[in-house]
Amino acid sequence: MSEKYKYLIILVASVIVYSIIQLLIYFGILNDYYVQIIIFIGINIILAVSLNLVLGITGQFSLGHAGFMSVGGYLSAIISIKLGLPFPIALIIGGIGAAIIGLVIGFPILRLKGDYLGITTLGFGEIIRVIFVNIDYVGGARGLMAIPKKTTFTATYIATIITVLVIVNIIRSTHGRALKAVREDEIAAQSMGIDISKYKLTAFVIASFFAGIAGGLYAHFLMYINPQSFGFLKSIDIVMMVVIGGMGNLFGSIIAATGITTILELLRELQDYRMIIFPIILILTMLYKPSGLLGSRDLSISRLYNKITRIFMKGGKVKDEIANS
Amino acid sequence: MIFMQQLINGIALGSVYALIALGYTMVYGIVQLINFAHGDIYMIGAFAAYYAANMFNLSFVPTLLAAMVVCALLGMTIERLAYRPIRKAPKITALITAIGISLLLENLVRIIIGPNPKSFPGLLTSKMVTIGNLEIDSLKLVTLGVSIGLMILLTFIVHNTKVGKAMRAVSQDKDAARLMGIDIDRIISYTFGIGSALAAVGGVLVGVLYQRIDPLMGIMPGLKAFTAAVLGGIGVIPGAMAGGVLMGIAESLTKGFISTKFSDAIAFSILIIILLFRPSGLLGKKSSEKV
Repeated sequence: MSEKYKYLIILVASVIVYSIIQLLIYFGILNDYYVQIIIFIGINIILAVSLNLVLGITGQFSLGHAGFMSVGGYLSAIISIKLGLPFPIALIIGGIGAAIIGLVIGFPILRLKGDYLGITTLGFGEIIRVIFVNIDYVGGARGLMAIPKKTTFTATYIATIITVLVIVNIIRSTHGRALKAVREDEIAAQSMGIDISKYKLTAFVIASFFAGIAGGLYAHFLMYINPQSFGFLKSIDIVMMVVIGGMGNLFGSIIAATGITTILELLRELQDYRMIIFPIILILTMLYKPSGLLGSRDLSISRLYNKITRIFMKGGKVKDEIANS
Repeated sequence: MIFMQQLINGIALGSVYALIALGYTMVYGIVQLINFAHGDIYMIGAFAAYYAANMFNLSFVPTLLAAMVVCALLGMTIERLAYRPIRKAPKITALITAIGISLLLENLVRIIIGPNPKSFPGLLTSKMVTIGNLEIDSLKLVTLGVSIGLMILLTFIVHNTKVGKAMRAVSQDKDAARLMGIDIDRIISYTFGIGSALAAVGGVLVGVLYQRIDPLMGIMPGLKAFTAAVLGGIGVIPGAMAGGVLMGIAESLTKGFISTKFSDAIAFSILIIILLFRPSGLLGKKSSEKV
């Protein structure tokens, strides 16, 4: 199947999903509460998919994703409040701000590996949080209030689709293969002429950018943010989505982000108990299915197309495989 | 004079960090795992002492021993159930499991005991001891004494007993140790037990010093102790002791002379600087990467 068709299918599918949800909202079948859950799902998909680029594809253990989310959230909120710039611009500036912080932090620390990188990124996440607590201009520990409510279902949906498309395209490009090479074996990758530090940093910066966008959406939806909402636990939530969905598996991240967000909402009444249920799920996943619930089974449109054609017309699969090779 | 006072506070606090750091460093030295739940074991040590002292009216030393036994068993159980099955798995799997265990312990305690801080029973009475023209709280001297005593004991165990020799052998080369007839699983289990017992002592000492314990008290000291272990060179026992004391001093000097708000960020800043410029720590050995 040619690339052109693939994009057409994705486009049509996303417009159909969008229209269905929008119609359901319009007719009041989905009330505000459900819309809120859908928006959170979108934000979490952006976070999980972008972290997967670093964690799953590049194999760099980052535990500070919420820190970049907070930079994007605060920056875009301040721009909306103080300058009154249009929402998309505020979002993008927030994303760029997070990307710059990602660049500044990533440059020195991406030399570290494994556990050490994890702990250091965790430390940076916490340092960012402590800094926001100490800046009175953005409300300090009390948080930033009166952020205009701009995040709608449409805005979240568009941002989510763009994020997923951009990251899928990065992964499937030559650069994506280089990132995977870095994950598999840095020394081997380097000896094949891949500039590993450049690739690690690029992945980190791109992921930070999207985390910033997610933060902006979050801030403009709740209209209130405080440093506490972007703590270590939020970072762990995102890591959990990536891990449970399967590291390096974008489709898995999307499913896991959707599922975990929904379950967290449904368990909201259990408040305390859900914080026990979740670590148990995490531990059991690691013990019995360390590759995540979906493993590396990615959703491929070509494969889906093949399955359908195989059912309807014999020989379709063979022809397609020749075309793909 | 204020400087000396802060220095003494720092050394007392640092000796507690050192006790926790020893657990991190021993476990890391032997299985290359950052036992993220170690800070929570310290918290459980404090709560075990709280209940032991309140329910059985125990005095300081029996309370300490009770907390050590509870935590040693807990540490060994966690190792058996959660870490042993994934010992050969990638490091990321192990670290995520450890984070999961940490969250689980915190929230279990929070549900069972309640989120509110509890006031720790006054096992020891505080007196002011005058040395020269310095006034020192006797509790701080006890903290320091207990910590130093345990560190000497640990050094003795590691260097002079059969278990200690086996530990060192396993941390050098697991396969070779196995060929020499060492039961690796048992040695790793002992390592977790000893490390957890030391963390329990840390928890009890902090309870006695500050008289306030709560389910989330393990998070920051855990991270600071880990930093201390890295600072001294992870896997190196004297390094963990030195790192702990340095961390304690850095923290109390920050609190005394800069700002209390930034004292938590200080730990992370030190960690990052150390990792960037001397990743193997102050007393650590440099290791080169094998292809």
